[in-house]
This record gives sequence, C-alpha cells and structure tokens, in this order.
Amino acid sequence: MPLLEIRNVTRRFGTFAAVDQVSLNIEAGEFFTLLGPSGCGKTTLLRMIAGFDVPDGGSIVLDGKDMVGIPPEARNVHTVFQSYALFPHMNVEQNVAFPLKMANVDPARIAQRVEETLEDVRLTGMGKRYPNELSGGQKQRVAVARALINRPKLLLLDEPLAALDAKLKESVQLELIALQKEIGITFVYVTHDQSEALALSHRIAVMNQGRVEQVDEPSKIYGFPKNRFVADFISQCNLLDGQIKACSGERMTVALSGIGDVVAINMEGDAPGLKGALALRPEKVAIGRDLPADAEANCFTGKVHDLLYLGDVTIYIVELANGMRIEALLPNSAAGRTKFFEAGDEVQIAWRHDAGHFLND
Amino acid sequence: MNKRVVLLWSAAILAYAFLYAPLAIVVVYSFNDSRLNAEWVGFTLSWYQKLFHNEKMLHAAWNSLLIGITASAVSTILGTMAGYAMYRFRTRLLPVLILAPIAIPEILMGVSLLIFFVLLNISLGMVSIVLSHIAFCIGFVAIVVRSRLAGMDESLTEAARDLGATPWTAFRLVTLPLIMPGVVAGALMAFTLSIDDFVITFFTAGVGSTTLPLQIYTMVKIAVTPEVNAVSTLLMTLTLALILIASRLAPGSLRTQ
Amino acid sequence: MAAQQNRLHKWLISGPPLAYLIVFFAIPVLIMVLASFRNPGEFGGLAPLLNDESGSREIDLTTESYGRFFGDFLYTELFLKSLAYAGVTTLACLLIAYPLAMLIARSSKRHRDLLVLLVILPFWSNFLIRVYAWMIILGPQSVFVSALNHIVGWFGLAPLTLLYTPFAVIIGLVYVHLPFMVLPLYANLEKHDPALLDAAQDLGANAWRRFWRVTFPLSLPGVYAGAALVFIPALGIFAIPDILGGTEGIMIGNVIKQQFLDTRDWPFGSVLSMVLTVLAIVLAGAAAWIAKRART
Repeated sequence: MPLLEIRNVTRRFGTFAAVDQVSLNIEAGEFFTLLGPSGCGKTTLLRMIAGFDVPDGGSIVLDGKDMVGIPPEARNVHTVFQSYALFPHMNVEQNVAFPLKMANVDPARIAQRVEETLEDVRLTGMGKRYPNELSGGQKQRVAVARALINRPKLLLLDEPLAALDAKLKESVQLELIALQKEIGITFVYVTHDQSEALALSHRIAVMNQGRVEQVDEPSKIYGFPKNRFVADFISQCNLLDGQIKACSGERMTVALSGIGDVVAINMEGDAPGLKGALALRPEKVAIGRDLPADAEANCFTGKVHDLLYLGDVTIYIVELANGMRIEALLPNSAAGRTKFFEAGDEVQIAWRHDAGHFLND
Repeated sequence: MNKRVVLLWSAAILAYAFLYAPLAIVVVYSFNDSRLNAEWVGFTLSWYQKLFHNEKMLHAAWNSLLIGITASAVSTILGTMAGYAMYRFRTRLLPVLILAPIAIPEILMGVSLLIFFVLLNISLGMVSIVLSHIAFCIGFVAIVVRSRLAGMDESLTEAARDLGATPWTAFRLVTLPLIMPGVVAGALMAFTLSIDDFVITFFTAGVGSTTLPLQIYTMVKIAVTPEVNAVSTLLMTLTLALILIASRLAPGSLRTQ
Repeated sequence: MAAQQNRLHKWLISGPPLAYLIVFFAIPVLIMVLASFRNPGEFGGLAPLLNDESGSREIDLTTESYGRFFGDFLYTELFLKSLAYAGVTTLACLLIAYPLAMLIARSSKRHRDLLVLLVILPFWSNFLIRVYAWMIILGPQSVFVSALNHIVGWFGLAPLTLLYTPFAVIIGLVYVHLPFMVLPLYANLEKHDPALLDAAQDLGANAWRRFWRVTFPLSLPGVYAGAALVFIPALGIFAIPDILGGTEGIMIGNVIKQQFLDTRDWPFGSVLSMVLTVLAIVLAGAAAWIAKRART
C-alpha cells in the first residue's frame, strides 16, 4: 500500500482551480518530486499534505488514514520551508529540539537526540549559535535536522535550495540524496528546477496549471515525455510538428511539416493519420560536414543559422532546406577548439530512427 | 540648487523651533525665581520643592499613576487580542470599533461616557476614569500589535504548527516572543495616553477624583504659578523617557496613523 | 472541522475586546443619540425615559432640543465659526508642515528616523502643557510680547494683546495638530520616485514648476490625509479656546462642555454633539472617498 495517497484532490480559489483533480500515489522510502513552473499548483498541493490548506474535493490518505480535519500539528508530517523558518529567538539546539518538546519526549533524552541529529547533518558544535549567525547552507541544514529529528512519516521540502548559489546547490543536493537513503524517510520535494528534479528523484510528477501531466522515473520523463508541455519543460527539446503517414510493425513514417518524411519507432501503437510532434533531444542529433550514410537514421542537409556556446557544449541551430530549424548539441571535447562550425557553414544532420519520440496531440 | 536647499532647511528648522520652543520655555521658567512667567530673575528649585509639598498635586499624581497602570495593563491585554484577531481573521466590526475612538473628536467620547455612567448609576470617580481610559487605549495597542504582526514572518508560526505545536502553544512559544517588543511598546503608549489624557477624564472624573492633567488645568485656569511649569517639566520628562523606550522597542509603530 | 475550530478561535480572541468596545464605546454613543431626543431633567441631566405623570407609562421623547438648535441661528453660527477655525488651522498646518515633510523625505535613511521622532515627541507631551506654554508666550507679562510691542511701537501702532484672542486659539490649534499633518505628508513624499523630478528637469521644468506640477499633485493623497487628521479633531476641541480664547474665541466644543457640566441641559448638549458627530462622519467619509479616487 502506498504511504501517501492523493485521491482526486481539488483546490479552488474563486473560479480558479489551483489544484485540479490530482491523484498520486507515493511509496514509502521514495524521493518523490513535484515539478512544474510557478503557479502550477505544486506548492498548494504540498501545503494540503502538510495540513495548512484544506482540499475542496478529494482526499489525502496517509498510511491508510484519511487526513480530513486533522490539523498540521497532529499529522506526522514535517516541512522544510523555503525560507527555512528557523525561530530567530531560539538557538540551533532549541530549534532542532522543538518537535521533540512538542511530542513530550523525555527531556533527558532530548539533548542526546539533538546531538545525534546535528551530527547527521554535519553541524556538530553549532548548537549554541543563533539563526542570524548562520550561513544560508547551514540554516538549510538546521531546517532539515529540525524536520527529521522525530522521524516523521513524510518530509515535505518546499524549494529548499532556491536561495543557495549554484556551487552550494550541487553539494547540498548530493547530501540530500545521501541523507534520504540513509534515513529512509519518504521525501516529497517541490521545485521548478528541472535539472534538480532529474538529479534527486526516484520519481517525478510534472505539474502544469493544477494538473499532473506525467508521473515517471526521471529517465522516462526525459526520454519519453508524454506531451508537448513535458517535453518542452524538461531541458531542451526539438518539437517538430507532423502527421503519421504510414505504419508497419515497429516503425512508422511521419511527415514532418517543413522538413519531409522521417522514420520513427511506433512506441504507443499509433495509427496513421494522427497529428502530433516528434520530440527530439538536441544531443541525439548528430551534426557534421559529411556524415556517414546510415540506414537506421534520418538525414538532412542544412546551414548553421546560429550557435549557443555553453562552455561544455555548443548548441547549433541548423536551418534546413525548407526553412525549419533543428537544434543539435555537440560537446566541445576536442582540445583547443571551441567551435566546430560557424554560422553559415553547410552541414549535415542526422538522427537515428529510435532517437525521437512521437507525441500525439 | 544650493539656495533652495538652504531655504528648505531654514523653513524646516523654523518649524522644529516652533515645535520645541514653547516646551523649552515651560522648562526654563520652571527654574525661574519669580512668580510671574515674565523676566528671568534667577535660578531656583523652589517650585519643585513646593510641588512635593502640594497635597492636591501629589494626590493627583498618585491617582494618575494608579489609573495609568491599570488602564495600560487591561488595554494591553485586550488590545493585543484585538490586534491579533484583526491580523489573523477576517473581522468587520472590530476594526471599526478600534479606529472610531481615535478618529472622532475626543469630546464626543467624553460626553457619551458621562451620560452612560450616570444612567447606569456608576459613580463618577476612579473606576469610571479607568473604564474610559481602557476604551480609548485598546485601539492604540491593537494598531501597534497588528503592525508588528504584519511585519513578522508568517512561516515561523506555520513551522511551529508543522512541528507539532497546537495553535495556542505556537502563539505562546513563537509568536508572542517575536511580537513582545510591539506589545511592550503598546503598553508604554497606553500608559502615556492615560497619564496625559485630559478631555475624556474631564467629563468622567466627577467631583471627587482628580488626575494630574485635571489638576494642571485647574491651576492654569485659576491660579497660575510656576509650580505648573515644574510639574509640566517633570511630566514631560517622564513621557519623553517612556516614548523613547517604546520607539526603541517597536520602531515605526509610533506613526500609528 | 478545522473551519469550526477556526471560528471558535476567532470569537475567543476577538470577543473580549469587541465586547468591551461595544459596552464602553458603541453603546454610550447610542445612548447619546437617544439622549438628544429626551427632555432635560428637573435638576439637570435627563428626565426619566418613562413618564408616569398622567398615570399611564409612556415614553417621553421629543425633538424639542433639535428645534432649539435649528431655530436659533446662534448655534449654527457657532458651528460655522468652528469650521472656519478648523479650516484656518488646517491651512496653516499645511504651510508649516510641507517644507518640514519635504526635508525629512529627502534626508538620508539614518537621519529620517531621528527627524520623524523629533516631530512626534512633542505630540506625546501633555496636551495641556503645550497649550499652557502658549499662555506664557502670548500672555501680557511675556517677554516676547513686550519685545514685539516694542517693535510695534516703533511703527507708531498701539500695543497688541495676543492672549484671549482668536489668533491665540488658532496658534494653539496649529501647534497641537502640526504633527498630524507632517506625518501623512512625509509618508507620502517618501514614496515619490526621484526619477520623476529628474525627468521633469530634463524636459525643461524649473524648480517651481517641478514642485507645482509634479511633487504637489503626487502629494495630494498625503495632503488630504493630513487635512482630515487635523480638521476633524480640531472641530471638537474645547480646552484650547477655553484656556487661550477668552470670551471671543469660543468653539462648539466649549458650548458642549458648558451644556453638560454647567447648564446641565443634557438633551441639548447631546443634540450639539450629534451634529458634531454627523459632521465628523461626513467629513471623514468625504476624505476617504477623495483618497480612494486619488489612488485610481
């Protein structure tokens, strides 16, 4: 039985549905992420799980128990807030001990557990400091320690890394993964940063305008997005409009507007006539002056229209004969060279038949 | 450009002088060895000495103190509740009743309370004064507490509840300590307002009781001696000290309008 | 259930202050409304509400006091005079407060808080002291008046008496209400974007034009707020005319005080108070309406 069941939950503000008939099952021990742009409803959903907001429809069931009418302090669910919400008038020890005090744990044992937890988040010795004496990263760890100390069933994290700079983010992300593995508590993580979601999660729920677009493992979300929104939201993606012309067995022929006919793998058993788009990741598009012929690939010629130098890779925007543009990604791994091609160069691009994923509308 | 700045500064300095000169004059004359508030004769502390032997004045000061402390205590508790309620819940009647005593001319409140007490056969005296003072002090405390709450990080109270605290415990352990400076500032302001109040006290005091401001009024109308200057100076000093403390505790709350 | 708990909390917390204010503010005001329709008692105060005289109990209400008010122009004139006093006071406050508020708004952040505090401090000193101070300054024995009269004498004019005149009342009113004009003005001016003035200057406006066409119009909401905070309380003041005004500078507050404490004609006093209340509410409403319009 899943640890957390969200059944058809809806939350409306006036006529606007912030969360619209969302159903999710989250398993114990998972690192589950709610991913989406601002306003998609992920934070509202999180607050309902925590108990700060009440669904207008549907129910939230934790460990088999319906959470309706149960206030936040009675749920065994704790939150790491985006602003950390450390009590400024209490020092680190008192902050971390707070949940234990609330649970009426024997005072003699509190001190020891606080020390252990501080060790877990690598903040030993910081006990007597006050929040305004801590760095951003330290504050974040206190917030996590405080939320974990009495081993809640569920830990909710509301964009906890949003305020950290890029370098710090990376190391904290690794720590979070290790922590979650070690303690084994189920995490429900909210973020708008898709690369963060891909890095941290066991499973991701991509949300948009109050609805869940797709729930899957990161690799599937990335490789097999279900619709345009997911494909576009996750990293870079070419979305080439087209229509299925013919199907035979595993393969199908798709007529891409402005490009021509290409061959793709028929993953979902689609029939001819379906309109949609071919989702093609730029790193799967080979680019070169003279590519070797490949029977398993779709090949086209074009001219480099523009390029984006990103340091480790370069994205080439190639304009094909009919005016359509496709992005191809090339790592800048050859020593000494920053660019392989210049704007205006004549090039060939190709992608394997199984490189793209057809999304029907 | 410079000329205009100079002009602005002079106008402003004149305005400040206008604000403080009269008060300074009162203070200066309190040390003047002369019955008249006219020319400077010499320095003396005799007026202050006379003050401390003035039975009526001491009695009035004592009354003012008692009233001030009682009114301040009660209105701080009620005002904090009101301020919290206005912040946390949607209240419609409460804000009106909070703001009205502050917005309308004081005489209206004084007069209506007079009728009220007489009709209810409540004798006019210390009790009626205290009850009246509480009525107009609640609003000030409520406004100060509310603005202090508005400036507080709401996620802190949420975090407390998230970690297992009941609403009352969250208020007690997290919210209250954080707004305490505002509460204390409100209490000090209420005390000052009570000590200084004239109009409402004038109508609800009846014959028997007197407060410091009422005593000053009698002295001003009937027999002006520099004792008035002396008691005024002392009162001003007290008020100044209290308000400076309050402004340290809750900066910005003094601009309650 | 959470919503129920919420409602319970709401009433538990807002209940006591609400109850207190209803009992000691709202109800007295309502009683005063009723009192304006009652008859004066034999020895002052109010006559009993239920009249037993003719053997049957009937409620003794009358509009006689209102009749007296509207019948005798004296009282309306008094209100008009009070309005005039309040108006002059407001204007004077505006003229003095504006440069002060501008200065504070243009100062550095550090200085600003100190300057604002300096404006507020006199307000917190006892009201009577502030009025009494002007008694000293304007009184016949005052060194300042003597000095002034020396100068006046040079011009061959008769010496001035300043105390117990309308002039003294106005000065007292202005002095007491000045902080109320400074603060809203300052709060408004502080928010002005300095870039607007730069743009105006860039487009050819000189200093006066910049003030009159950019700063002043933008500051109007602050002006209205300050005006309301000065005008409405000033209307009902009685202590200042009482101490500084003598027989000439009487305002409506004085008459109300007289009715209640000296003449003891409470119904009539209540009528005067009602008119004052209605006036205050209408003005406050107008101020709020203007402020709302100015914001859009």
